[in-house]
Amino acid sequence: MSETNYLTTDYTLRSWFLTTDHKRIAILYFASLIFFFFIGGAAATAMRIELATPQADLVSSDAYNRLFTMHGIIMVWFFLIPSIPNTLGNFIVPLMIGARDLAFPRLNLMSWYIFMLGGSTTLFAIFAGGIDTGWTFYTPFSTLYSNSYVIVAAAGVFIAGFSSILTGLNFIVTIHRLRAPGLTWYRLPLFLWSLYATSVILVLATPVLAITLLLMATERFFGVGIFDPRIGGDPLLFQHLFWFYSHPAVYIMILPGMGVINELVSCFSRKQVFGYKFVAWCSLAIAAVGFLVWGHHMFVSGQSLVASLVFSFMSFIVAVPSAIKVFNWTATLHKGSIHFDAPMLYALAFIGLFTIGGLTGLFLACLAFDVHATDTYFVVAHFHYIMVGGMVTAYFGGLHYWWPKITGRLYSEYWARTAAVLIFFGFNLTFFPQFILGAEGMPRRYHVYPPEFQVWNVLSSGGAAILAVAYLMPLFYLGYSAFFGKRAPANPWDAPGLEWQTSSPPPEFNFTTQPLVTRAPYQYNEAFEAKPQNA
Amino acid sequence: MTDWRPPLVLVGAWLGLLALLALTVTLAYVPLGAGNAVVSLAIGTIKAALVAAIFMELRHRGGLTLVFAGAGLFWLGILLWLGSMDFLTRT
Ligand code: HEM
Ligand SMILES: [Cu+2]
Repeated sequence: MSETNYLTTDYTLRSWFLTTDHKRIAILYFASLIFFFFIGGAAATAMRIELATPQADLVSSDAYNRLFTMHGIIMVWFFLIPSIPNTLGNFIVPLMIGARDLAFPRLNLMSWYIFMLGGSTTLFAIFAGGIDTGWTFYTPFSTLYSNSYVIVAAAGVFIAGFSSILTGLNFIVTIHRLRAPGLTWYRLPLFLWSLYATSVILVLATPVLAITLLLMATERFFGVGIFDPRIGGDPLLFQHLFWFYSHPAVYIMILPGMGVINELVSCFSRKQVFGYKFVAWCSLAIAAVGFLVWGHHMFVSGQSLVASLVFSFMSFIVAVPSAIKVFNWTATLHKGSIHFDAPMLYALAFIGLFTIGGLTGLFLACLAFDVHATDTYFVVAHFHYIMVGGMVTAYFGGLHYWWPKITGRLYSEYWARTAAVLIFFGFNLTFFPQFILGAEGMPRRYHVYPPEFQVWNVLSSGGAAILAVAYLMPLFYLGYSAFFGKRAPANPWDAPGLEWQTSSPPPEFNFTTQPLVTRAPYQYNEAFEAKPQNA
Repeated sequence: MTDWRPPLVLVGAWLGLLALLALTVTLAYVPLGAGNAVVSLAIGTIKAALVAAIFMELRHRGGLTLVFAGAGLFWLGILLWLGSMDFLTRT
């Protein structure tokens, strides 16, 4: 293949750092997120080593506080929130809708620079001495007592928020305005519906986080009474504001993953997604109802019983659209022509792990159970099942699925499947024991624990070692593929989506002729045989 | 984009915002009891409306843009409604 593509148009550094090509910006994000993922992962590794024994042997309690804070902040704001939207989304959205680029290419580049500025600010806080408030920045600890780099770290998160808002805005306008002729809303791949819903949350919720952090910094720095009741504040206001953003934000961290799963499940079952319209509207329902449940993080905070009851009830409602999606994926598999290619292994893992994460969320939404389980490892296991077992798995699945499109290369199917299986195994070994620990009452955020908890902690740390190796593997075989892999054809999966109609990797402006859409998505041809993919 | 428009509107809106700011500060020193909060919130609402209508040019927009702007307002309503539900029912 000798025609130029987006990777070969120009090789200078300048052409990368000043690019407005959504595909190159996606690559910039990829590289940055790998970096942040490993920093966050390093903190996790240190914690799991510490927790292998009941007594403190590696770090002090103060250092441990800084480790879990750093892990949470980096993983939530500098990895998971931008993960699928800014990498796969950035790359695939214009291709999927048959456009030359996103609606605002320069804004897209700016959002990467803002993200990096926010990331550097937070990294500075971490390396200058760290933060010990936890990723939630709860007052009054963050405003009155902590003497760590709270304001600097919060400033980094504040700045990165603008990058989120710009990305959300860009996706909304792009999906409204730049669809190819004939691409009606109900012909959109479901990945776009979920990214659209995600973008709505990004735009509506992120400003509240910005305001909350600003208020926190104001009280900490100037002593203005906002949250401190002694000077006229309300002690629960911070939690209300914080979770008004952060519960919707957990849907920012799962909806894009659900979107990817639709693409994978239909491709590797060679079937249309079952109940397309239901799945599409469920994404929007999750985005909307997700704003009504935040108080389930505050059941033991002293909020009123009426509020707790309402938030508990709404939390049960919000699980319904998620459950519908799980049922619809299962129905899609039913009588499909299933292919166990690597992306499909990730998709199947997602469905199981997300279900466990979601159902345990329902446990926690029960007032009585939550009093027992809150602030224990049960909560830690719950959200890791969704965020890591769900979202990170979907991220890897999507990465493998679109890899041939992004790089124009094939990867080793053997290594990809091995890594997928190891990730699934390592993940469950790491986090399932934490449900048991939590149910038995082990609190989160401590670096020492009674000896009777050691068995489960050792299992968990052992699983984490496997998981760490499994997460490192793609770095090698995908890295190898990027440079030496066999050339990929335009459409290695024989898929009908528009992104597969152009060459791999795509030319600078995506399509040589304007695509025209005449049918619904996911019109798969059942006869497809998985092609042997050897790097 | 809308037609060219004399920047006078913008200057006027800006002066209006400054005047409202002055009013807020002044009224903060007038003891009205609970009325203080009501007054300053009312002024804040007017200010926000000015910004939305004039600086954000919402008065020249239709359809979808207004739906999105309305959504922002509606979501703010959710925050205030469910948030105050806790405050008003605490025992
Ligand atoms: C089925 C819907 C869900 C329900 C009903 C649910 C319910 C809950 C509840 C009640 C808690 C509070 C537990 C406590 O602190 O005592 C919680 C915590 C948490 N959930 Fe979920 N959840 C759901 C989905 C999700 C999703 C999709 C994610 C992430 C993508 C997520 C991430 C989290 C996180 C990060 C926390 C802990 C926050 C912290 O205190 O640090 N949850 N969940
Ligand atoms: Cu929540």
